Amino acid sequence: MNPAIQLPSATEIFRQEAVFHIHGITKVYRMGDVEVHALRGVDLDLYAGEFIVVLGPSGSGKSTLLNILGGLDVPTSGEVRYLDHCLTGAGDAALTRFRREHVGFVFQFYNLIPSLTALENVELVTEIAEHPMDPAEALRLVDLGERMHHFPSQLSGGEQQRVAIARAVAKRPDILLCDEPTGALDYPTGKLVLEVLERVNRELGTIAVVITHNAAIAGMAHRVIRVGSGRIVGISRNERRLSPSELSW
Amino acid sequence: MTPLHRKLFRDLTRMAGQMTAITAVLACGVATFVTMRSAYDSLLFARSEFYTTCRFADVFAHVKRAPEYLAHSIAQIPGVAAVQTRIVTDVTLDIPGLEEPATARLVSIPERGAPLLTGLFLRRGSYIDRGDEVVISESFAAANRLNVGDAVSAVVNGKWERLRIAGIGLSPEYLYEVKPGEIFPDNRRFGVLWMSRKTMEAAFDMKEAFNDLTLSLAQGASEPDIIERLDHILESYGGLGAYGRGDQMSYRFIADELTELRTMGYLLPTIFLAVVAFLLHVVMSRLIALERGQIGVLQAFGYGRIAIAAHYLKFGLVAALPGSILGIAGGLWLGSVYTAIYARYFHFPELRLQPEGYVPAAAIAIAAGAACLGAVSAAYRAVALAPAESMRPGSPEKFHAGFLERTGLQRWIAPETRMIYRNLSRRPWKAAAAALGIALAVSILVVGRYTIDSVHYVVDLQFRQLQREDLTVTFQETRPEQARYDLAKLPGVLRAESFREVPVRLRSGHRWRKSSILGVSDSDTLRPLVDRRHGRIEIPDDGMVLNSRLGEILNAPPGTQIQIEVLEGVRPVRTLVVAGWIEQPLGLGAYMQAAALHRMMRESDLISGAHLKVDPRKEEPLYTLLKRTPSISAVAVKSVALASFWKSYGDTIWISTMMLVGFASVIAFGIVYNGARIALSERGHELASLRVLGYQTSEVGRILLGEQGLLLALGIPCGFVLGYALALLTSRALARDLIRLPLVIGPVSYTYAACLVLIAGVVSGWVVARRLARMDLTAVLKARE
Repeated sequence: MNPAIQLPSATEIFRQEAVFHIHGITKVYRMGDVEVHALRGVDLDLYAGEFIVVLGPSGSGKSTLLNILGGLDVPTSGEVRYLDHCLTGAGDAALTRFRREHVGFVFQFYNLIPSLTALENVELVTEIAEHPMDPAEALRLVDLGERMHHFPSQLSGGEQQRVAIARAVAKRPDILLCDEPTGALDYPTGKLVLEVLERVNRELGTIAVVITHNAAIAGMAHRVIRVGSGRIVGISRNERRLSPSELSW
Repeated sequence: MTPLHRKLFRDLTRMAGQMTAITAVLACGVATFVTMRSAYDSLLFARSEFYTTCRFADVFAHVKRAPEYLAHSIAQIPGVAAVQTRIVTDVTLDIPGLEEPATARLVSIPERGAPLLTGLFLRRGSYIDRGDEVVISESFAAANRLNVGDAVSAVVNGKWERLRIAGIGLSPEYLYEVKPGEIFPDNRRFGVLWMSRKTMEAAFDMKEAFNDLTLSLAQGASEPDIIERLDHILESYGGLGAYGRGDQMSYRFIADELTELRTMGYLLPTIFLAVVAFLLHVVMSRLIALERGQIGVLQAFGYGRIAIAAHYLKFGLVAALPGSILGIAGGLWLGSVYTAIYARYFHFPELRLQPEGYVPAAAIAIAAGAACLGAVSAAYRAVALAPAESMRPGSPEKFHAGFLERTGLQRWIAPETRMIYRNLSRRPWKAAAAALGIALAVSILVVGRYTIDSVHYVVDLQFRQLQREDLTVTFQETRPEQARYDLAKLPGVLRAESFREVPVRLRSGHRWRKSSILGVSDSDTLRPLVDRRHGRIEIPDDGMVLNSRLGEILNAPPGTQIQIEVLEGVRPVRTLVVAGWIEQPLGLGAYMQAAALHRMMRESDLISGAHLKVDPRKEEPLYTLLKRTPSISAVAVKSVALASFWKSYGDTIWISTMMLVGFASVIAFGIVYNGARIALSERGHELASLRVLGYQTSEVGRILLGEQGLLLALGIPCGFVLGYALALLTSRALARDLIRLPLVIGPVSYTYAACLVLIAGVVSGWVVARRLARMDLTAVLKARE
């Protein structure tokens, strides 16, 4: 990808209303006799078209935050709003509908269904979405137009992750949540995947939240959120974003 | 086809071996249901058709001799719809080509027009037209190759008469055609001849008289009340006690068969389908554990709980559909085999498989029900996972110090053995369920073989230990004791022991039963009476002993007082104490000392017949002699009875045993194979890690197969116990009044069941070991559990 391409600036983005509004959320898990405080009071707003990188060591609570944003989990206390929907007290049916209509997920280990081809894995989502893309088009978006009839076991790790991204974006979600999307990939493949994520964010205007412990990725974000011990320890803006090809680690 | 459906089909293809095993067990369950139900329906339908067309009577009675005008007063009893008086008597027949004498039951029919009740179904030829013409029963005609126009000779009132066969027919009264006093049909030596009433009146001195009658009852009439009034009327004419259809031999046999079919039609499918539910549960639980992550993804992308649960329920339904179709086809085929066998000893005008429309529908419904039952708890677990939870790998299994560690025994045990022990003890319920599955397979095999053991036991006990005679002769009328000596003097007779048989009604409290008392002597050796432990029983002079089934029917354990109403001679009524119960698998007899019986009857030493021990080299002339003796009404040859027992029951037992054993083998393989596959799937990760650490395939195989071996070792003895219990349940459910299959399971059956399950274990172990050897180590280790 050409680094000279004009990326939307942070200033443009923050002029809008917040799409996600998170206020004072905590999350406590009980593991046997032990209480684990995964989140201890987090406040955060997310804006349309934003590319966010969440940085933090393992156990810092970033995955919990992502799960709550995506409606996979509910906070123990605090408030989560998406536009005018309140997700905090939502039941299973409402959360399922929220995920179905608005959220795309990308996981570290791709989590493709091994018994379905690349195309069918994407169809799995377009099947139940309201205004999906053509599944083949979604795969072409991640440069996998040629390999859409392959099964996951016949694809490399990078290709599998791109199928996962195609699957996540095919429903035209409002937010794309990525949990360590490059964690299981080698350096060049990881960069390729990040390029795809950046393109989706730029071309489709989808909010992208990428959680990682790889600090190098922070360079391509509008905002970088640092998490530690269940709290946000710092938020910084990149006045000049780097394109994925400029990143190195 | 939606992507989820594609996933379903590809997952099913991947699990083809396991799903095939489940489908096969399910097909067996459905097949047993369809076989039993369709045979039941067909038999029921054929019976009701036959009863209606031939106007089968409701109440039957036999008297010594009663005037015809009595029929009028019997017809006046409220509730009686129609009365048919008859003359019925047994005579000796000479059948060309048959050494032994045959017995014919002569039944009178009007010379013109069909009888009012219990008519004939004419198969061939015509109705009688002349006095010397008869219609003969179809099975007797077939067994002796007799045809319309042929003649047979019978001893009618002391004289040989030639009777011309006018027609060949059937009657619901002789649907199960068996010689009076016997249990198994012998169509070559016993048949029914329908003869003109006029001829019989003349031949048997029955002018304007009858000795048998049948009644039909009006709707809502009380059978016991009518029987009581009828007995009262017939008492002074030597009435032998009236009885309803329930005590009519043919009705009884077919009713018992129907009960058996219905019971087995519930019992067998229940067992099979419970196994299906169990197997599906195990397989689906494992599948869901493996697809935890995939379920998480589906949830993350907005698939609702219902959609996910439905997806996993469909696994069960996909096994159910081909299983039911296969089962229905197999069941209909087996049903037709069953009805063909029934047609051999139940003589219907027409008996063919006529399955009702509900049978296939019900079969599919119960198959789907069982499949859903098996899949539902697993499906529930799939959707009960919180979405965020399901994408995290499951927490490592919890281990803690157990018996071995606490006692320090672990030091002495190899690490492989420790792994096996801990794997099993960590999830004792799961291990117990696996062992139970094996036990279930063993138990069904044991039950499948139980009938064979039991029948062999019955044959040995009845025909070798309890009936030591070669033949039994019964006199037309009672004879003085001298007749025994006359018999003993006949050439070829080695020993003759007489008996006195008296028809009675036995009462204990409100229960009663028509039976007969046999008067025997302590010096008798041909018919020993034994108790449950096969010890010889002595009858006290003032008491009686009962066949244990009769004792159960009357609820009269030893010590109980029983009222005896004799239905012959001076018809005395006495009360006697039950001195003991005797063990006899066949019949419902009661026994007294002959001397005591004579005293009770206020008669001198009279005998009804005798058991004879015969020199085998002189059988033939003896038969001829007996055949020519008009005072003998029946000759029963033990070897012939035994042969007819095997002929009637051999095929049925063989077919039902083959069916059960075949199906049980399918279950055994299904359970053991699935158990091994699941174990491989669960331990794959761990075993691959061991391989990476340098363990050899054989060492790793030992851990996996050792675990399965231990489960087999636990399951097989449990299966013996379970099988015994299940056989007990079956023997209770199938106990008939006239034939009882005692709970006898020989060591061969246990060995057989254990061997078959072990073979299933070895084959499954081999399949699993091959998979283990081919396992891609790196792939298994990379995959997330």
